[in-house]
Amino acid sequence: MSVFALISSILTITLRAGTSLIYATVGEIYTERSGILNLGLEGMMLMGAVTAFATAFYTGSLWLALLVAVIVGGLLAALHAFLCVTMRANQVVSGLSITLFGSGLASFLGQRLGPASNNYFLVGMVGPKFTPIPIPFLNSLPLIGAFFNQDILTYIVYLLMPLAWFYLYKTRAGLSLRAVGESPQTADAMGIDVVRTRYLYTILGGMLTGLGGAHLSLAYTPGWTENLTGGRGWIVIALVIFAMWNPGRAVLGAVLFGGINAVQFRLQAAGTAIPAAFLNMLPYLTTILVLVVMTWWEALSKRIGAPAALGKAYMREEK
Amino acid sequence: MNDQPKPILEMLGITKRFPGVLANDHVDLELYPGEVLALLGENGAGKSTLMNILVGLYRPDEGEIRMRGQRVEIHSPRDAAALGIGMVHQNFMLVKTMTVAENIILGLSDLPFVPDLREVSRRIRELSQRYRLQVDPDAYIWQLSVGEQQRVEILKLVYRGAEVLILDEPTAVLTPQEAQELQGVLRIMTAEGKSAIFITHKMEEVMTFSDWVRVLQQGRLTAVRKTGETSPQELARLMVGREVLFRLDRKDCVLGEKVLELHSVSALDDRGLPALREVAFDIHGGEILGIAGVAGNGQSQLAEVVTGLRRTAQGRILIRGKDLTHASPLELIRAGVSHIPADRIGMGAVGNMAVADNLAMKGYRGSPLSERGVLRPRNILEFAKRMIEAFRISTPTPNTRIKFLSGGNIQKAILAREIDACDGLMVAVYPARGLDVGATEAVRKMLLSQREQGLAVLLISEDLEELLTIADRITVLFAGQIMGIVPSAETTVEMLGLMMAGVPLADLPALGTHDPTPGSSPA
Repeated sequence: MSVFALISSILTITLRAGTSLIYATVGEIYTERSGILNLGLEGMMLMGAVTAFATAFYTGSLWLALLVAVIVGGLLAALHAFLCVTMRANQVVSGLSITLFGSGLASFLGQRLGPASNNYFLVGMVGPKFTPIPIPFLNSLPLIGAFFNQDILTYIVYLLMPLAWFYLYKTRAGLSLRAVGESPQTADAMGIDVVRTRYLYTILGGMLTGLGGAHLSLAYTPGWTENLTGGRGWIVIALVIFAMWNPGRAVLGAVLFGGINAVQFRLQAAGTAIPAAFLNMLPYLTTILVLVVMTWWEALSKRIGAPAALGKAYMREEK
Repeated sequence: MNDQPKPILEMLGITKRFPGVLANDHVDLELYPGEVLALLGENGAGKSTLMNILVGLYRPDEGEIRMRGQRVEIHSPRDAAALGIGMVHQNFMLVKTMTVAENIILGLSDLPFVPDLREVSRRIRELSQRYRLQVDPDAYIWQLSVGEQQRVEILKLVYRGAEVLILDEPTAVLTPQEAQELQGVLRIMTAEGKSAIFITHKMEEVMTFSDWVRVLQQGRLTAVRKTGETSPQELARLMVGREVLFRLDRKDCVLGEKVLELHSVSALDDRGLPALREVAFDIHGGEILGIAGVAGNGQSQLAEVVTGLRRTAQGRILIRGKDLTHASPLELIRAGVSHIPADRIGMGAVGNMAVADNLAMKGYRGSPLSERGVLRPRNILEFAKRMIEAFRISTPTPNTRIKFLSGGNIQKAILAREIDACDGLMVAVYPARGLDVGATEAVRKMLLSQREQGLAVLLISEDLEELLTIADRITVLFAGQIMGIVPSAETTVEMLGLMMAGVPLADLPALGTHDPTPGSSPA
């Protein structure tokens, strides 16, 4: 295999592996920009994945499956928003609870929603899936071709990224969103509805996360297994920091992690002397490294960082 | 009949209750076009609450608001803005990580969904010229000085076409010169028929800024006066409900030994930038050295360096001749250094702990408050009762959580603890900030009594009157450097103001112009 072909194939896998991460990262960036920390991503992703796969398996409709994943993600996020915004509960506790709840429920559903012939297990079932749609001519270009040999959800990401960036930095709504996460008092005094904004973007974040989960079970894997996400929900939390809450940079992190995944798969397939367990560990090890480096860097530059009001409940008539 | 101008704004019988507090008790207010109304009162008198009702942040329990004679309901800041009412809050409502232009258009709904920021900047420039509010629309808020940030706040209001501007203690963060500029800005606006409500607890500002003054005391409107027909003394009496001593009795003191010496001390701020540059001075026992300067020019770093909370990058710090440059806070406490920090609840006290425990927080290390590492609650309570009595701390019980006390009483408790433990040097940072007249008086008296007992006091303050009344010498910090050290009897507010703006003492015009007879300048 030529070097070009090797790089090209790694790049193709990288983008496929990164897609679910990008959906969830963009979603979480929007949520955190409104000042709400959502640690329930892992649970939402798993729920999105299992419900999407079950829907596709029984109805055969991939689009209906996506819709279900989006709704499920949105509902779990709405619960999180209710707890954190309306009840002003501790956001970390609420998020962790949702992850535990979502993981458990997804696992349960995976053992109950399957066909009777498979003991009602979804594991091992084959359903419809998103397949790569090569774009003629473009997909045969060297290297760049990897970008044009992807499934439709990855193509949508190409549109989503710049849109998400533009919306956040160039529109009135994006300005209001950023203000709510930085200084809810200011936003409130300027007539922006803090509660509505936080609900809206927490739910939007959950929807995108559900969609990310659906990509895993409908395109990347495809299929359902226990713990399908393999901690991707947690990696996304780190990717948000790596992206410095900028959706335009989310692609860097997703590609970095997708790339590590792709490379380690290649290495495992090629039969290297490095133990598989060690290679499997790489993405998580990188997460830790990224967090250390980013925190250190943030301390140096001081300005770039989390939305100032991240994780803090807001209440107007505080005396 | 209708020759008289009609009020643009009326508030009638406004009442607002918070749990356990009657913040506003049937307060009336009238405002005419082109007029500046001062709202005078001590902290907790209900001024801010009344104005927060006007801008829709709080809902009144009773009463009505009329705008141009029409009864209006203001449910949110958006409603207020639509009526032409806007407020510059005491804590600025600005998003630090955004630009001036972004802050100004924040929350505006009559802009295109994708706003043209160049067009916005152009309009801001226009307005800043018209009202003499110089500021760069493309600068980030965090890059601006506090004075500039205030200009942004005012621009924000005029950009939205506000007719009634509410300013909540606007001069607290300004140099005297900046305060004068603000007065000019208000003149331009009132000349255009806009009107302003000016919240303050300083009598001098009422006199210079306003046309009318309304005095609030404990939530009730106690007086309405035409500014020209009243005096600071009368206003103070109306505000506090008793005669107030403007002039504190500062006895002559014999200078003792050198307590604190700083030899070209430099230090960095949290961002690693130089915050203090070769600062050098000394303070003797029986002396108060005042540090003046606009907030953010190294004052807090100076206090931190002297109390061991910040590393000294260069230079030496001596206490009673002993080199304690890199000493820890505990070593400095043991050397007799006391500290009244700027952030009362954050650094000075633990809000959720009892008054008694807060008072014991320095003496708890040894007998009689603890024995062999075990606290002695009975002795702590005894000690606390003594302190509460001696310093007239008004608290329901010694076991009340300190955060439920008023700012003045929290400060008295901190002072009690620090004075009790002080043995040499007292570092007081903005000790009277935000306190009402009565508490301010008490705090200043305590500092003076420290001086009379032969202690050295380092007093960091943004209130020039305060420094001129109680300090023996005044040092001005600008950008971390000392602009000069002057005996307070030989200086004026104008001189200090120029130094605060960065003019070194050596470059000031000759001092011959100031009034040579001490005590004849008004308070």
